[in-house]
Amino acid sequence: METFAIELKGVTKTFGSLVANNNVDLSVKKGEILAILGENGSGKTTLMNMISGIYYPDEGHIFINGEEVVIRTPKDAFSHGIGMIHQHFKLVDVFNTVENIVLGLNSGKKYDLSEAKKNIVDISEKYGFVIDPDKKIYEMSVSEKQTVEIVKVLYRGADILILDEPTAVLTPQETEKLFAVLRRMREDGKSIIIITHKMHEVLSISDRVAVLRKGEHIATVETAEASEASLTELMVGKKVKLNIERTEPLNTCVRLSVENISCKNREGITLLDDVSFNVMAGEIFGIAGISGSGQRELLEAIAGLQHIENGSINYLNPKTGETSDLRDHTPIEIREMGVRLSFVPEDRLGMGLVGNMSITDNMMLRSYRRGKSAFIDRKKPHDLADKIISELEVATPDAETPVRRLSGGNVQKVLVGREISSSPALLMAAYPVRGLDINSSYMIYNLLNKQKENGVAVIFVGEDLDVLVELCDRIMVISSGHVSGIVDARSTNKEELGLLMTKAKEQEGSVNE
Amino acid sequence: MNNAKNEKMHEPFVRMVKRDGMSRKKAWLIRGLSIVFALLFCSVVTILLTGQNPIKIYSTMISGAIGTPRRVWLLLQTIAMLLCISLAVTPAFKMRFWNIGAEGQVLIGGLATAACMILIGDKVPAPLLYLFMFLAAIAAGALWALIPALCKAKWGTNETLFTLMMNYVAMQLIRFFIVKWEVPKGSGTIGIINQDSQTGWFPAIGGNLYLLNIIIVFLLCIIMYVYLTYSKQGYEISVVGESENTARYVGINVKKVIIRTMILSGAVCGIAGLLLVGGTNHTIATTTADGRGFTAIMVSWLAKFNPIVMIFTSFLLVFLERGSGEIATVFRLNQAFADIISGIILFFIIGSEFFINYKLIFRHSHKEVK
Repeated sequence: METFAIELKGVTKTFGSLVANNNVDLSVKKGEILAILGENGSGKTTLMNMISGIYYPDEGHIFINGEEVVIRTPKDAFSHGIGMIHQHFKLVDVFNTVENIVLGLNSGKKYDLSEAKKNIVDISEKYGFVIDPDKKIYEMSVSEKQTVEIVKVLYRGADILILDEPTAVLTPQETEKLFAVLRRMREDGKSIIIITHKMHEVLSISDRVAVLRKGEHIATVETAEASEASLTELMVGKKVKLNIERTEPLNTCVRLSVENISCKNREGITLLDDVSFNVMAGEIFGIAGISGSGQRELLEAIAGLQHIENGSINYLNPKTGETSDLRDHTPIEIREMGVRLSFVPEDRLGMGLVGNMSITDNMMLRSYRRGKSAFIDRKKPHDLADKIISELEVATPDAETPVRRLSGGNVQKVLVGREISSSPALLMAAYPVRGLDINSSYMIYNLLNKQKENGVAVIFVGEDLDVLVELCDRIMVISSGHVSGIVDARSTNKEELGLLMTKAKEQEGSVNE
Repeated sequence: MNNAKNEKMHEPFVRMVKRDGMSRKKAWLIRGLSIVFALLFCSVVTILLTGQNPIKIYSTMISGAIGTPRRVWLLLQTIAMLLCISLAVTPAFKMRFWNIGAEGQVLIGGLATAACMILIGDKVPAPLLYLFMFLAAIAAGALWALIPALCKAKWGTNETLFTLMMNYVAMQLIRFFIVKWEVPKGSGTIGIINQDSQTGWFPAIGGNLYLLNIIIVFLLCIIMYVYLTYSKQGYEISVVGESENTARYVGINVKKVIIRTMILSGAVCGIAGLLLVGGTNHTIATTTADGRGFTAIMVSWLAKFNPIVMIFTSFLLVFLERGSGEIATVFRLNQAFADIISGIILFFIIGSEFFINYKLIFRHSHKEVK
């Protein structure tokens, strides 16, 4: 029998009545990259959390190098050579690389930072990391922080690395660099488990792919024998049409014209720098950029939630033909000006919806003020909730269920449904498919497309460049609050977008080469 | 595999797992059981510490709380006062505004009532006096809550500290006026206000002095329930409390809601002060609120901000307090023992929420343990 670096047998984990993992078998060889593929809620992260000691399985066995082990805590996982790189970094901002890496290590000896630094440099050279041991975390880009997390795990002697969606925050170029490092680690005999739901990455990096669906292990296939279509079918359980029908924009006219807006945060750091663009009615206007480049502030400025230093935001009312400047108006004033603006914010439960309230009560958020009565009319919101539940196939027991109990995709359907229900003339959606499974994602794309065909100006902030290129008509790339280019989506490609995304950064010379 | 068996022993002895919702019936069963367990545990503690018969202690407790009609009325009156203050703090807490200044807001409302009774009691006709008392109490309580709310809205000050400090200011003000209005001079108290004329005293209904208070609080409770559940303003309070960002996003003026809600909260505290001074005590002292401004917070949270449920939570707390006070006197145990008993019972009741939200899984057994 072949000995695996790590092997799971019959692992089951339940949360209440929810079965997160059911009788999962999984194995990773030494010197292998295994990709774990699955839709949201298919139990990928739960499974990995059991290997890294965050959860304890209800049933089943874990073997490392052929021997059964019990992993109760992250410390146990470390002592078995398992290291996990989480999606959200766990680093101390004011410490530098070396300090963060040795932090929490207890070997009984005094901290010897200079020796630790030497070791870190050795590790970096061995695998080809680019890392500055003395740089403070707060000065680092996202990909540098990720590097620190990986080196931290290696420094602690991990032989089995688990990466939870490591590429979600990286540009295509940074992703390539990460993959090069991962391949070198594989040659060194490390075992790597990578969670992702980007199909092309799975195909380019992994040796084998394990597919999970609804908590069950469906199959593990050799990557060489797999294709995008075959993997999707395994993942979803049926054939899925993976294309977005993009129509040519009709009857376009300028709906929103943003001119030279800038804004700063409380500390005086520039978040938006002289941003100008036009959005047409009947088009989907994409905004691409590394997350945190000012997308959020831009949309919030348009929605009346972010104060801007200068510039103007002009909305052309399709009914009256009048132009109104939205700058420095509150959301209510904007609505009273007759602006039909809908906004699907990035933070769904923290901004777009109230998690503890029922679907009905969330429907009223926009409309409860209507009428002169001091009391609330719950009938219409309830009807709207029922309508959205049936039309968008929201999986929920009823309209009175708190939104926080729904899964990510259903939460988003509720939010998008509400925003579209007010028949907007301008629809802004920030990362509307983040965390959604394939089916829900395509449902959202179709909803946006339908809005576009109805003559709505749609602004779509996205992170998956493949989708942006397929869905949008034009794409604006934003980098450190600055517009680095507006391109025609039909003629551009991912590489061009990736370059634009990092353009301003390179000009400033703080590159992570 | 032998090795594996040994290793298996290291499985954690007990693990917590979150439940995903439980039927209401089962949840109430657990709450009920927690009281039974609390009483059993208290019995053991009682026997160990005092050697007394726990059954006797419990029956004394019950008779201490509801043994005679007078005690029942007293119990109801005390519940009504605690409930009134709890209703006052509820909108603030529902908005996640930590109003721990109810104590001061009640006192200042009481002070305003007392001032009316003393200063204009014999100058205006009775109906007008009641109106003045009512308005003065509401205005004073609202003002006391408005000051921290304004500062929070304007400069982002910490409301917890601010409202707490306002309590002490209120207390000192009362000290000042006690010296000013002392009756008789040198006693250090105001004494019973208008003892002979009974001007400004709430009338007794059907010979019962407290009934009016109880009715007023009961009406307040229903009004507050309707306000929080069905009014637009109540809805805004919930949205601001759950997520300020969402409130901003839908265009709710968060500052306005904070100020409006705090005025309401303070005004109801003022009414509590009015009921205490005009309805029951007929005097004012620094102890008039008697810590109820803080107990009310517990009543409100235990009831998850539902005014109707608060009737039960305030009953529970008052019952425990009065009952345990009785055992302290009857069995010549000191107040500390009474506090131990009510502490244990509360601990069990609050602790039962844990078992409603989580279940425990023990090593080798995969059964649920409640």
